This record gives sequence, structure tokens and C-alpha cells, in this order.
Amino acid sequence: MEALKLPAVLENLDTFIRLAHSGAATFGLSDKRITEVGLALEEALVNVFQYAYPEGTGLVEVCLGPRNEKEFVIEIIDEGIPFDPLSRSDPDVTLGVEERMIGGLGILLIKKMMDHVEYRREDTMNVLTLLVSKEQADHD
Amino acid sequence: MELSAKKEQKCMVIDITGRMDAVSSPAFEKETAVWIEQGETMLVVDCSNLEYISSSGLRSILTVAKKLRAVNGKILLASLRSVVKEVFEISGFSAIIPIYDSLEDAMADL
Repeated sequence: MEALKLPAVLENLDTFIRLAHSGAATFGLSDKRITEVGLALEEALVNVFQYAYPEGTGLVEVCLGPRNEKEFVIEIIDEGIPFDPLSRSDPDVTLGVEERMIGGLGILLIKKMMDHVEYRREDTMNVLTLLVSKEQADHD
Repeated sequence: MELSAKKEQKCMVIDITGRMDAVSSPAFEKETAVWIEQGETMLVVDCSNLEYISSSGLRSILTVAKKLRAVNGKILLASLRSVVKEVFEISGFSAIIPIYDSLEDAMADL
């Protein structure tokens, strides 16, 4: 498992994404799946950047690597306010341009692109776990 | 992300290259705002070199679409790569933003 802990600010997005891309590539995921891993991680991190530390700044840690031969796991850990992104209902994706709200779209993308998503509160930490399995690599 | 624009008879054609993520998307809104202020109402975006889009990119496109709607204008997207198309489909954006297989198709529909 590789781990990287940095201040939860947008400026660090690229560094985290590069780590995920190279980890997912080393694990042997397809290019499409690698892009999806990057997307899911961006959506998860942007949520942390925006909401985890309303009264200042804090850190966010990304741990990633193979869980076993078939599964690649990414954990996003922050010490911000308790927040379960999976508890929100999915946005209405049928609304028109004017009515359309953007909130919740990131989480929806994570859920659709990853094979499994899990949230837990551990002591003072929010832990979001994303799981991608190799067998899904050629689903299209 | 890099943007370049070319004025055509009926529209402005924007070529977008690279990644539209939380870091780069605000630049898309800023650049298009300049063109809209200059009176451009029809924007056709050539996405053949757009490698990636996240919900932040969708948010920017929606903002631009709303702005154009207010002046009876439109934003049209052409030549989406499969991974970008997938994001548009999951989010339902393919139903609210006109998407075309090619730049020619988009321009023919103006």
C-alpha cells in the first residue's frame, strides 16, 4: 500500500491523482479503469477540500494499493466533521438546464464507476473506501 | 486544459484539449464569459481532444449553458471520447446539452 498525506487543498489534487494513476497502472487496470479511478478520487477529494474543514484547514490522506490479486483499493481519510457522502440521495438526473442542481453528482459518479464504495467513521476520522476489481476491467 | 477559439460564420468553435477537472474548469467559464460578453451566443465545442471531465467540468458547462440560454444562445458539444461521454450519460447531461458525433453535424444543426 502507498500512502500520501497532504493539506486538503485543491492545489494538491494533481499530486494525489498522479499517485492513483500510477498505482492503478502498476496493478494492471485498463486505461479506461485508470481514468475512472482518477475520476472517483477527484470527486472524493474535492468533497473533502470543500466540506471537511469548514473552520480552517486540515489534512487528507490517500492510501492505495492491491487488496488482493483482483481488487485495487483506495482509501480517502480526513479528520474533518463527520460526513457520510453515501447517506445523501442521488440527484435527479432528469431535470432540465434551468432546474438542474450539481450537488451530489460527484458521489453519483463515484458510485457508478467504482465496484464498491464504503464509508465509515473511525474515531475522529472519515474513511471512504473505493474498490475496483480487475474482472470489471473489460466490461465494455 | 487548453482552449483555442475560431470564429465561424454562425458560431464560435472552441477546441478544448486536455483535462477538465476541479483545477482547470474555472478557466473554461472565464474564457467563455469573455466571448459571451463580446456578443457570441452560439458556442460549438470540439471535444475530440478532451481526455477527461469530472463533475466540476460539468458544473462549468452547465453554468455556460445557463448564461447562453439567457441570451437565446446555445452551447453544443461535438466528438466526445468514450470516457467523457460516459460521464455525460451517467449524470444525465447528455439529455440537457446537445451532443453531436462530429463538428460538422453540430454546425449543420445551427
